[in-house]
Amino acid sequence: MILPWLIVIPAAGAVAAWLANRVSTALCRWTALAAMGGQLALVVYAWAAHAEAWHVGGPGVPLRFAAAWIPPLHVSFLLMMDGLSLLMVALTAVLGILSVAASWRSVVRWPGLFHFNLLWSFAAITGVFLAEDLFLFYVFWEMMLIPLYLLIRIWGHERRRMASMKFFLFTQAGGLLLGILALYFLHARATGVYTFRFPDLAGTAMSPAAATWLMLAFFVAFAVKLPAFGVHTWLADAHTQAPVAGSVDLAGLVLKVGAYGMLRFVVTLFPGAAADMAPYAMALGVAGIVYGALLATAQSDLKRLVAYSSISHMGFVLLGVFSWDALAMQGTIIVIVAHGISTGALFVLVGMLHERLGTHDMRRMGGLWAAAPGIGGAAMVLALATLGLPGLGNFVGEWLVLQGTWRASPAFAAIGTVGFVLSAVYALRMVQLVFFGPPAPERQRLAGMSFRETAMMAGAIALLLWLGLYPRTFLRAGGPAVTALRDESLRRAREPRHPAPAEAAPPGEGAPP
Amino acid sequence: MTWWATALPLVPLLPLAGFATLALARRLPHAVIAVIGAGSVGLAMCLAAAVGVGYIVSGGPAGVVVWRWMEVDGFAPVIGLRLDALAAVFIFVVAGVGFLIHLYSTAFMAGDEGYRRYFAGMNLFVASMLLLVLADNLLLLYLGWEGVGLCSYLLIGHWYRDAANGRAARKAFIVTRVGDAALAVGLFLLFGSLGTLNIRDALARAAAQWAVGEPLAVTAGVLILAGAVGKSAQLPLQTWLPDAMAGPTPVSALIHAATMVTAGVYLIARMHVIFDLAPAARLLVAVVGCATMLLAGFGALAQRDIKRVLAYSTISQIGYMFLALGVGAWAGGVAHFVTHALFKSALFLGAGILIRCLAEGHDLFAMGGLRKVFPFTGRAFLMAALTLAAVPPLTLTFNSKDTIILEAWRSPTGGAVLGAGALLGAIVTAAYALRLFFLAFCGPVGQQARRRPGALMVVPFVLLALLGAVAGAPDLIAAFTGRNFLLDFLHRSLPALPAEAPQPVWTGLEQIGLAAVSLAGVAAAYVLYLPGRRWLAKQAAAPAGAALRRLALGGFGFDAAYDLLLVRPFAWAVRAGRGDLFDLLVNLPAHAGDALHALLGALQTGRLRWYAALVVLGAVVYLALTVLL
Repeated sequence: MILPWLIVIPAAGAVAAWLANRVSTALCRWTALAAMGGQLALVVYAWAAHAEAWHVGGPGVPLRFAAAWIPPLHVSFLLMMDGLSLLMVALTAVLGILSVAASWRSVVRWPGLFHFNLLWSFAAITGVFLAEDLFLFYVFWEMMLIPLYLLIRIWGHERRRMASMKFFLFTQAGGLLLGILALYFLHARATGVYTFRFPDLAGTAMSPAAATWLMLAFFVAFAVKLPAFGVHTWLADAHTQAPVAGSVDLAGLVLKVGAYGMLRFVVTLFPGAAADMAPYAMALGVAGIVYGALLATAQSDLKRLVAYSSISHMGFVLLGVFSWDALAMQGTIIVIVAHGISTGALFVLVGMLHERLGTHDMRRMGGLWAAAPGIGGAAMVLALATLGLPGLGNFVGEWLVLQGTWRASPAFAAIGTVGFVLSAVYALRMVQLVFFGPPAPERQRLAGMSFRETAMMAGAIALLLWLGLYPRTFLRAGGPAVTALRDESLRRAREPRHPAPAEAAPPGEGAPP
Repeated sequence: MTWWATALPLVPLLPLAGFATLALARRLPHAVIAVIGAGSVGLAMCLAAAVGVGYIVSGGPAGVVVWRWMEVDGFAPVIGLRLDALAAVFIFVVAGVGFLIHLYSTAFMAGDEGYRRYFAGMNLFVASMLLLVLADNLLLLYLGWEGVGLCSYLLIGHWYRDAANGRAARKAFIVTRVGDAALAVGLFLLFGSLGTLNIRDALARAAAQWAVGEPLAVTAGVLILAGAVGKSAQLPLQTWLPDAMAGPTPVSALIHAATMVTAGVYLIARMHVIFDLAPAARLLVAVVGCATMLLAGFGALAQRDIKRVLAYSTISQIGYMFLALGVGAWAGGVAHFVTHALFKSALFLGAGILIRCLAEGHDLFAMGGLRKVFPFTGRAFLMAALTLAAVPPLTLTFNSKDTIILEAWRSPTGGAVLGAGALLGAIVTAAYALRLFFLAFCGPVGQQARRRPGALMVVPFVLLALLGAVAGAPDLIAAFTGRNFLLDFLHRSLPALPAEAPQPVWTGLEQIGLAAVSLAGVAAAYVLYLPGRRWLAKQAAAPAGAALRRLALGGFGFDAAYDLLLVRPFAWAVRAGRGDLFDLLVNLPAHAGDALHALLGALQTGRLRWYAALVVLGAVVYLALTVLL
């Protein structure tokens, strides 16, 4: 019964926070914080209570929940949590707390509605990570977008209207619903069983052409979220214009939905087609690593810089997933978690600077170390995490991805390693422009870090150190689940392509009924 | 497990704890900061000595696993340390020289607003460096490797208000990161082929799996060399080190002379099995070393800034170490690291005293006659300079370089070309070492001291100069018994070149010959550079001389070439693409929609006559089309 609660708590918290705002804004904020804290407590409990079970992975998924929902359409309310989902939900809860805390002072306009939207998006994202029924997955998927759109549209910066519209239009790209429905009917035609449960759909017999098209429908939808090279342009605008909590939400979680979708659906539902796609996807991955880093180097807007660095880091996810290597695929988990925390914290830090300086423009900063050594120190650690310093989480993930990719394709691994150099270029440029150099005369005094801000930064840095020095905690929880996905997918990819008897059928017709 | 192996983690942990304390505790008085900063390294030095004695007594290398770092699909690096003779020599030098330089820093940095930040960075550096040399697997070594690079970056940019220091710091980090990335690829290759990153296992498997000349081994060797070249400032990645002199002088002494820049030497010595399997890569090490040594030596002859002379000298001396490694004289290269760490950090600390006590402490030509201003410092400086020049018997430490020169002649990999290069290098070395001394300390007095150096600065400096001058003595004494002291110790971990039967007479003649070579360099410096000499200035004023001088002063055009070929095109491309081409593409439909909207909107004027006219026009066009078509 834990699983529905993981979704209900933030959803109920969303409503409660909205209502609490009628009493007082402080109550609203504390309610939201308590709800996300409750979710974190619950997920940690689930983690600890089944400590040994996460090693099983695959069919031995420790936590499930099933209820009937729309029987005529064979839609059920199915939830399941394996190690991969566990880490994702844990990340959601941590970033939820971070988002609420980061908005404590900066959001003054309609705080009730703000926290409703924020927590509602967390509930929906949790649902995305837990759904075992593709229809339910799609419901959560759409449910997550509206509040995010509103967060950018209402609480964003100057160009929020354009950014929110771009965000919304882009995320509708890809034919996710079409793909899901096509899969549903193809499966029914092949077996006579109507179901949206994706472990059942994974073995669906279909022609290679159909598999390729359906795979692309899923791939594009997730690639936009990730975002992969070429479909990334919504991200810079959305991040730059979103409020701090929105940026944390986007970078920490929405991007991870794309990564999660690649691992969970693209690889397992269409193993053959995805395997054919692998070299192109890996090329997209390294292109993203290099291109994102190059653009990050050129930015003068601090938020845009962080946004483009995200594109670079997410390239490692695409590279790792499609290298199909056990090491690299497990590395992607660490990349996902570490990037969520480091970039989330970096956005919070950018927000802290904005509260003090009223700008994101690095050309108007410089020499801030003297006035704000605490913020500078935190920024330095986060910049080092971004550039992949060993000892911090991002390094472990990126190293595992590259080392695994080497076994699949040395060339892609070598090109990906260029990211190590380029990330140093933009990360150190950022620290230099903001904190070093001659201080501007009007910036001699800045407010020091409050307890809330110190706690946010210290928490994020502690988690990054944990990820960097003892990633086993996370690899033991998430690794077996990912390995199970990989084994399953490899097994299917090796099976003779379905369907053997369909060779006589007209192309595109799919399996015989 | 032996007691000393159990204590091994404490060696890097002590400075790490110092770093953590200094980084987190605010508002500490400077005296407390100094005690924590220098004390933690001092304790680490004592422990390193104790551990080293434990190793010698117990007679075998040992290690300890602190925790398992990760465990993924057969990839299971540990946080594990291991001490053998090579690591023992390194940790003792790192902690020992580190402690003396920390002591010196307490006075040198006195009153600096970033006092705490400085010592935090220095402690983190010592911890990372100790981790680097103690790591029992290559991933942990890489952690230390990147850690020292980070501290180098932080400390070069210590005086952050000057943007030039920030530039130098970033240049150092990014240029070395190019090498680091190559090293990372090398490690991917090693793991991909050998299935482990544990150093002992990897080397054993490499020896078992690969034949001599195996292409994979050569590739791995070249990639490791690329990493070493970056960190140790060898050709073609040497350009960052002269600029790194922007940092405080004790930082230059510790990081950019004695320890970090020799990490490449350590790495190659540690991976010697790979290089023995890859003769081509090993020869490349020797060639890179020899070329760097000569080029940087000539570069040092042209510099005006006292710290830049020393920086070029460091590059040059590390070139000697690379040459030794490349010809297979593994222990000889490491022995030169030991003596170099002592005398070069002494020279830097001496330069630091001048910088601290003179109004204009960097320009050699603004000095002169300082022998009379700082008589004691001058004598110690001369001792260190003579050690660098390797002039027996004024210094007892001439043998580390002599070993390299002789091995370069003798080794099957070496030969006449490398050997002659090494000899020429010895002349150049002696020349620039004494040029430095003559220009700064001899001739008429250039400027007076603003203050006197305190004991905390003089004592570590003199101690290091003394230690540098006598470091070769144990080996000299042992030589009478036909044995070596340091080299034999190192041969516990590193293979020796096939020894020839010792021929005392011949050895003696060689020594005399080499001493004569060094003396020739000293004589050249005396003739050319003693203040008041005019001949060289005249040559340098001639067009050809001036061009040559500019070339050497600028590091032989490497910086200019990189700027022209890499940095500027990169900056241009990045700036040109700042708007994100894809975004322009994506916004195209949006702009087209806007334009169409404006067009159609313009039709809607609200004027009836305009509408009527358009209706008529439309009807006419339609009718005309129907009739005509």
